[in-house]
Amino acid sequence: MDAHTTSEAQAHPGYGTFIKVWVVLLLLTGTLVGLSHVGQTAAVWGLLTLTPLKAGLVFYFFMHLKYEGPLLKAVVLVTLGTLLIFFALLFSDVAFR
Amino acid sequence: MTEHVHRDDFGSRLGMWLFLVTEMVLFGGLFIAYSAMRHRYPMEFHQAGAELNATLGIINTVVLLTSSLTVVLSIVAMQRGDKKRTIGFLSSTLVLGLVFLIIKAFEWSAKFHHGLYPNAPHLATLPPGEQVFFGLYFSMTGLHGLHIVAGMGVLAWVLYMVIQNQVRADRYVHLENAGLYWHLVDVIWIFLLPLFYLAA
Repeated sequence: MDAHTTSEAQAHPGYGTFIKVWVVLLLLTGTLVGLSHVGQTAAVWGLLTLTPLKAGLVFYFFMHLKYEGPLLKAVVLVTLGTLLIFFALLFSDVAFR
Repeated sequence: MTEHVHRDDFGSRLGMWLFLVTEMVLFGGLFIAYSAMRHRYPMEFHQAGAELNATLGIINTVVLLTSSLTVVLSIVAMQRGDKKRTIGFLSSTLVLGLVFLIIKAFEWSAKFHHGLYPNAPHLATLPPGEQVFFGLYFSMTGLHGLHIVAGMGVLAWVLYMVIQNQVRADRYVHLENAGLYWHLVDVIWIFLLPLFYLAA
């Protein structure tokens, strides 16, 4: 545990990293809003790509997943995978009614 | 003989993450319900979405993203032993959380004024798809609002512990866990913005 704590302490990022991520998040939000004015197809593609990207940036940087070990990453990925399976199962039903 | 203090920061964070995944599944279920209903009533969702104030939704997105930034900056300040800045960033987060709730209150009261609230007589006259849209809107933004209130309570408690030196540079897992909760609430809002406010 000591080794982990030491390596973790060395990996602490500074203020600048998070401010850069925040700027990217604001830019992505602006793009998402812009796409919603272009048309329905662009809005849906924006929703399906930019929104998970924004959430991913918050998870990876703000929630420090980048600096965590494989166990915490696996916990999150398994949860997201489970939700995706539920989503696929539901749409395999409703899409063919 | 030195006193043994049992402490496992990784275990604490793992516990917090396990709680957070239950929250992800809770909201995930609602997102799946939303998707199924939008698939069934695409036009009604489009029309009902036009009733919402997209500008307020976008402003609240900027407010929450900024509040997430201030939380993570408070952790950086704590790691550097800068108590004054930690208190400043945490207080900013609480103020931004309050701003979010005030904007939400204005938004909801405008909806209520137009006869749009759960079980409203006017709502019952709308097409079924629009009723479903507003049902999901009030459930999901309402549940999210409750999480904001809970998050502010937790952050205020951590702020008190920082002031009391119970949370400090060599022991700040409480701050990290409170931050994790706040970020998850932010992530949920990241999805709510395009699903409701940009649906039109």
